[in-house]
Amino acid sequence: MSNKIYAMYDDDATLLHGAESLVEKGVKIKDVFSPFPIHGIDPVIGIRKTRLAVCAFIYGLSGMLLALVGMYYFMIQDWPMNIGGKPNYYFYQNIPAFIPITFEITVLCTAHGMAITYFLRNKTLPGLTAKNPDPRTTDDKFVMEIETADAGMNEDALIEALMSTGAIEINKA
Amino acid sequence: MHVVEAEIREPLILGEKSYNDITEDVCAPIEGKANSLWYFVFGLAGLLALWGIGNILYTIGVGIGVWGLNKTVGWAWDITNFVWWVGIGHAGTLISAVLLLFRQRWRMAINRSAEAMTIFAVMMAALFPGIHMGRIWQAYWVLPLPNQFGSLWPNFNSPLLWDVFAISTYFSVSLVFWYIGLVPDFASVRDRMIKPLPKKIYSILAFGWSGNAKHWNRFEEVSLVLAGLATPLVFSVHSIVSMDFATSVIPGWHTTIFPPYFVAGAVFSGFAMVLTLMLIMRKVLKLEDYITLKHIEYMNIIIMLTGSMVGVAYLTELFVAWYSGVEYEGYAFMNRATGPYWWAYAAMMTCNVISPQLMWFKKIRRNLVITFILSIIVNIGMWFERFVIIVTSIHRDYITSSWTQFHPTYVDMGVFLGTIGLFFVLFLLYSRVFPVLALNEVKTILRATGEFGVKKAKSTVFNVENEFTPSEAGNAPASDDSSEESSDDAESEENKEQE
Repeated sequence: MSNKIYAMYDDDATLLHGAESLVEKGVKIKDVFSPFPIHGIDPVIGIRKTRLAVCAFIYGLSGMLLALVGMYYFMIQDWPMNIGGKPNYYFYQNIPAFIPITFEITVLCTAHGMAITYFLRNKTLPGLTAKNPDPRTTDDKFVMEIETADAGMNEDALIEALMSTGAIEINKA
Repeated sequence: MHVVEAEIREPLILGEKSYNDITEDVCAPIEGKANSLWYFVFGLAGLLALWGIGNILYTIGVGIGVWGLNKTVGWAWDITNFVWWVGIGHAGTLISAVLLLFRQRWRMAINRSAEAMTIFAVMMAALFPGIHMGRIWQAYWVLPLPNQFGSLWPNFNSPLLWDVFAISTYFSVSLVFWYIGLVPDFASVRDRMIKPLPKKIYSILAFGWSGNAKHWNRFEEVSLVLAGLATPLVFSVHSIVSMDFATSVIPGWHTTIFPPYFVAGAVFSGFAMVLTLMLIMRKVLKLEDYITLKHIEYMNIIIMLTGSMVGVAYLTELFVAWYSGVEYEGYAFMNRATGPYWWAYAAMMTCNVISPQLMWFKKIRRNLVITFILSIIVNIGMWFERFVIIVTSIHRDYITSSWTQFHPTYVDMGVFLGTIGLFFVLFLLYSRVFPVLALNEVKTILRATGEFGVKKAKSTVFNVENEFTPSEAGNAPASDDSSEESSDDAESEENKEQE
């Protein structure tokens, strides 16, 4: 059975330095909860760069193709019109007039696709319950979550190590 | 890792603040009760909004014949109001997206409210083409839906259809961008709430945000990519709005300068409206420490810059009208300046070109009263700009016998005043239930640009063996920190040195 230890800090810099020294000692930090992004924490606790931007690019590409194919079908293929002496016979002649909507649909698909992916990957959707261990982590406190099984030392030694990094409060769960 | 601003820069957060103080200050309006002034203004705006809704329903019921439009002037106040509102709706995304890309820290205190303003302004804007259609129940005809006419599709070569896509994309993307920023702040409000119903509502709004490292990792990536997308989007929207005019062959509209000129004008009027709202809001919600004189000065500088760009555009238009040698074009511009609508042209020139030049003086840039008055003058001027472009260009067309004037009816005015009322109703409601500052962002700059860096909220007692109890922890107030301030200061000094 693995217990979780929550070490609370009141400063992001203290937590970051603490995390660095703990990782050096071989402690595996499971997660960090904070009221705002702590810059520099990701490589320390082993969080890889998100691939959301790659998804966004794919959504954008699909949106662009959707817009171009759609307008080709509506304006050139299905019902070509002659508006103001400018007939819609060829796609390449009409491309300039299609640029604005192509751009808008590209942005629309990228932004919404990315937002939906973001919420799904974060598991943040209306009605879901939050997993932050302490309500103060959305205000001014910073919490480090460590599983005792991964700590590489016994619980007392771990608490000792955490206190020495400047933790202000230790909780167990 | 924390880059502290150079000493020479003014701090962006005044006073001695802890992270907790920021939460307290921003959540105070949500948790407290509104004062009687709020109810008075809300009531006034509500009455105006109801009057506007009545006029809109009358328009829809009877037809747009109740407006002052005639055979020659087919576009007047409705499209003027549309362009005016869309323009106002440009500051929010510009502040949150463009200034994010440029890493401007001062955006953080104003982006939330500016984006809210954007969203409400675009709502008001979208109303006008909707009711100008006459048969609003057939508004779905603008969408490429299969239909029994063939299928007959909307015309994708038409700038009016581009506008449909541009405005709807802009509105929905701004909304998403705004909401993604709001989620962590709703979580902050959720975790403070004590009463069960508000807690329930805010926890639904917060989507179960936990604020762990991976959440923040994705949050920063999404913010950056959305900012990158929203930046060209902002510029595209008002460019496309300007093409509603520029691709036509009406003298006075058919100019290639329109897209950049409209975008500059939009930013100009948008920042003016942000200032109007912020100057009131910082006072009423006691946010003077966060929306400082420096923020106001920065916004005034942008108003001065974009106002000058608009001025250059006006003069370029005049020059090109003469230089092109096209007599109709030349007449359109002579008629603007000296014809029956000279007063509108004069109002536009005074409000938009001359008045922002006052901002060259630092004393004026930092004077709240003058700034407030100028921000309203700028918005009046920008309304007249659109009126001048639209009505004076078409009221005298090629056939002299159809020359006419435009006289707005009370319905025209009622709809316009109604949208102003509706806008303020929405903004006043927003200011009471939403975190009006981007809490999570403002906290990140506290150390670097706060006047005194980060103050520790209070020294917490070490309790190693204590089991975690949410009810106690959640309500932990920071009210008893004043007595321990002196010892905390020493502590934070120490921490600073360690860095």
